[in-house]
Amino acid sequence: MRNELRIVQATLGYGMEPVLQDVNLSVQPGEILAIVGPNGVGKSTLVKGACGSLPLLDGEVLIGDQNLSELKPNRRACMVSVVSQAVNLPPAFYALDVVLMGRTPYLGWLEQESDRDRQIALEAMARTETIDLAARPIGELSGGEQQRVLIARALTQLTPVMLLDEPTAHLDLRHQDNLLKLVRELALVDNLAVMITLHDLNLVARFADRVALLSNGRVRKIGAPDEVLTPDELADVYGIHIHVMSHPLDGKPLVLSG
Amino acid sequence: MGDSSANALSESMKLQSARRYSPWVWSGSALVVMVFVSVAVGPVTIPLPDLVRMLLDLLPGLQLEADWSRTFATIVYQIRLPNTVLMALAGMALGGSGAAYQGLFRNPLADPYIIGVASGAGLGAVLAMAANWPVSLLGMATVPLAAFIAALITVGVVYSIARVGRSTPVTTLILAGVAVSSFATAMTSLIMLLSTDELHRAVNWMVGGFALGGWEPVLASLPYLLIGLTVLALLGRHLNVLQFGDEQARQMGLDVERSKLIIVVAASLVAATAVAFSGIIAFVGLIVPHVVRLLWGPDYRRTLPLAILVGGSFLLAADVVARVILAPRELPVGVITAVVGAPFFLWLLYRTKGRVRIW
Repeated sequence: MRNELRIVQATLGYGMEPVLQDVNLSVQPGEILAIVGPNGVGKSTLVKGACGSLPLLDGEVLIGDQNLSELKPNRRACMVSVVSQAVNLPPAFYALDVVLMGRTPYLGWLEQESDRDRQIALEAMARTETIDLAARPIGELSGGEQQRVLIARALTQLTPVMLLDEPTAHLDLRHQDNLLKLVRELALVDNLAVMITLHDLNLVARFADRVALLSNGRVRKIGAPDEVLTPDELADVYGIHIHVMSHPLDGKPLVLSG
Repeated sequence: MGDSSANALSESMKLQSARRYSPWVWSGSALVVMVFVSVAVGPVTIPLPDLVRMLLDLLPGLQLEADWSRTFATIVYQIRLPNTVLMALAGMALGGSGAAYQGLFRNPLADPYIIGVASGAGLGAVLAMAANWPVSLLGMATVPLAAFIAALITVGVVYSIARVGRSTPVTTLILAGVAVSSFATAMTSLIMLLSTDELHRAVNWMVGGFALGGWEPVLASLPYLLIGLTVLALLGRHLNVLQFGDEQARQMGLDVERSKLIIVVAASLVAATAVAFSGIIAFVGLIVPHVVRLLWGPDYRRTLPLAILVGGSFLLAADVVARVILAPRELPVGVITAVVGAPFFLWLLYRTKGRVRIW
């Protein structure tokens, strides 16, 4: 299928030290793949590798039939966008200007943004319901609002693949929910291939189409949430007792510790 | 999007676009006014009507009847105008390079002097003069080239020492800058002590500014400054993206290493040229970008060109003060930039403390 994300036999790490090995996974357009695993297992490393900002130690990342490592930085950013955690943002920039920076890969070296770029940015802000915030400094926004602005910025890159790194960290229940509903809608409507790292396994169960469970520097299991989020697998990976029940409303896995 | 939010947006956009033009009007007219003041003021005051017509006469296509005195013409065309242009160019270079260094290192204390680029450039310039006292235009053009190469070496050394992992902390940057700067200054002093009379003149020229006078230094510095300042003025968009850190900048599609290299080369080029022709003038590169940010926000697409304009008028204003305050004695302009600049900067900081977030 065109524009699927495929990571083939990849080794990722810093310097000579591999963090993840033998990574093989793919994300289809319209699909959400959640990456889960304990702290420090390499979820963020996987995101950096998949977007090409961290060169792979071995293997390859393909989007459609394009090998990401063969592309220049700006061409890569036309293929895959990244929504990082909303921390350490320069606080005084207006939200609209932040979103407009998503047009960077389309602009020549000395070229400045055009009205069309501005239009694309405003549309992205309308879709993420941040347009009312356009003229406010990003430092004044709440965590959830900042995260939505960063999603709007990723949308203006107009990529077939979007990666999100812990977008729900520091958000309350309602904002977590709204944010992931938005991601789900974008995946469906824009036919985006979405890879997202999450800590909350119950959010994973509700919003992800498939889950990849990372453990000990490898992908331990990939599959539908009810195949991967089992007491045995999770107890093994997280090292605590875990119960998985059926959600009373939709029957999806409900993960409880203790 | 509802009606109310559409209105709110269009209102805020109107506000933004109003704020988009006024900074250019203010800083542009300030520069023009300061050029007039700087040319008019001196031991002989040029009457404003004559001055306006003498300057208008320089514009292509305008043929005015030259009814002003020959003395005025000599003073204006041969002495004050070239000195004024050189001083304005130095201020523009320092303001622009200061803004670029601050954005590049994501560090409010980066400026050509604090990170040692100016001292390095000074050493390079003095070395070039020791080898070849610039009597010709060509000889003079080699001085900024030597200063530029030395400035690049300095910024490379300081940056690689100060870099911790992927960031450049304030403390290590300043410590490395101070150390490298002291070394360069010591070497400069050593060359001075060992120097001949000719080099003494060279050193005086460098520290005291444009004792040489005339149009030659302007012409010699113009190519470097035109290229460097134009590149800097247009790279604000790159600096904006870099404010999000290298990782995010890379993910947004910026070729981070290339952008940083181009910015550091352009900033060092203009800073080195300013040092080579106008000597050591502290504080401009530090203050001017902050003033611009405090007044008009953090967007480097505006901060950079505005810092260039404001840098020019700021240094001209300081120079006028330096020339009149103890007339007929002239003070080094660097004394004024420090004496006026530091308290003004502190006042601005105090006034906006906690209200405006510039970083």
